[in-house]
Amino acid sequence: MIYLDNAASSWPKPDGVATAMIEMLAIGGNPGRSGHRLSLEAGRGVYAVREAVAGLFSQPDPLRVVFTQNATESLNLALAGYLRPGDHVITSSMEHNSVMRPLRRLEELGVELTVLPCSATGELDPADLAPALRRNTVLIALNHASNIIGTVQPVAAVGRFAREHDLLLLVDAAQSAGVLPVDIQQDRIDLLAFTGHKGLLGPSGTGGLVIGERVDCERLQPLTRGGTGSWSERESQPDQLPDRYESGTRNAPGLAGLGAALDWLRGQGIAQLQQREADLVNRLQKGLREIPGVTAYGPARAEQRTCAVSFTIADQLPSTTGLRLEEEHGILCRVGLHCTPASHRTLGTFPAGTVRLSPGVFTTAGEIETTLAAVAEVAAAERND
Amino acid sequence: MTENKYTVFLVPTTSHALKGERLLKRAGCECRLIPVPRHLSSDCGVCVRVKLEDRKLAQEILLQGNLDIGACHDVP
Repeated sequence: MIYLDNAASSWPKPDGVATAMIEMLAIGGNPGRSGHRLSLEAGRGVYAVREAVAGLFSQPDPLRVVFTQNATESLNLALAGYLRPGDHVITSSMEHNSVMRPLRRLEELGVELTVLPCSATGELDPADLAPALRRNTVLIALNHASNIIGTVQPVAAVGRFAREHDLLLLVDAAQSAGVLPVDIQQDRIDLLAFTGHKGLLGPSGTGGLVIGERVDCERLQPLTRGGTGSWSERESQPDQLPDRYESGTRNAPGLAGLGAALDWLRGQGIAQLQQREADLVNRLQKGLREIPGVTAYGPARAEQRTCAVSFTIADQLPSTTGLRLEEEHGILCRVGLHCTPASHRTLGTFPAGTVRLSPGVFTTAGEIETTLAAVAEVAAAERND
Repeated sequence: MTENKYTVFLVPTTSHALKGERLLKRAGCECRLIPVPRHLSSDCGVCVRVKLEDRKLAQEILLQGNLDIGACHDVP
């Protein structure tokens, strides 16, 4: 079996992830409720991950890292929590539905929305931001890297623009965290949504929102309210971070697993892993473009992209290609619209979608060669049909 | 009357207490997280306890670590 669906969930996980989760289950105490030793031990484990995440994204204060279940929950918190009817928000035509669906709902409630069109390879042109600006613009919501073609957006330029115009920048780092260096100071990111189960190599059910110092937390309303283990005498939600946005018990075993994954990533070095993956993606992209009947999408150069590569075979539905790759060659990938109709409209691949191959840190060069040979075989069979 | 041997720092959340503990331990200052004494606050969370003689040192470490400390009380 060859696993090329790392953009959905990375697999396998590094050694140590499962062990850390089992150890946390064995500790058993609630992380952040009681004062006894098991509760504190669980709390220490979760706090250490908070610190590791803060370090990874250059947030000096770990208490401004809020844990959620995934990037989707974080994006919902940021968008629904911050925007009010009458506000204007700018986003791109390369967003995942985790941004688009909350924004479309907010639009129904009176939030004004501008979706800036991107190029055929998925890039947003920062020069398009100024003409879109309105007097009520408060936020720019942008993905860091596309989940279908890996295009990396010019986040630093957008961050500069946001500061110049006193807007907040929300970045969806679902595809970039752990894959590219993400630095909220350098890129001037105010709200960073991440998930634990993709490039960060942790378990599902982990993720978070990193909240920058410019964010007015009085304005940013929590999605959920409830028990936090603090200010229990009050029936109103506490103002302090992270508790303001962390009602209910956190996923301590999952976060412990994420912590172990972050240790592993730190040991390997994200820049080193990025280089290795870039070599694989370059080879994959080049190889796909050489196969007759295959159209490969997205930027040709690996330094402008992460590991998601999309292609189609002429006259064949992506669902057929995916099925044949699995049944005849044992290659696991994802086909269709990948929860991002906007991106597929941008690429011109809506409504059939594409076949997405997403290598990960454990993918080998040999597996890429086998995959290219398999795609060539499926494409040749289609031509001969 | 029992002699005070410790100082406790009240903090807004358990995460603050855990951050305080890490800051102090890294700086070599002995500390312990304990449930907030009921007479000091109605909060059910934890607070950071240090030896009385370490109070000033601990205060400096916590402030330097940018930790939002509430009140501080000497306790037996």
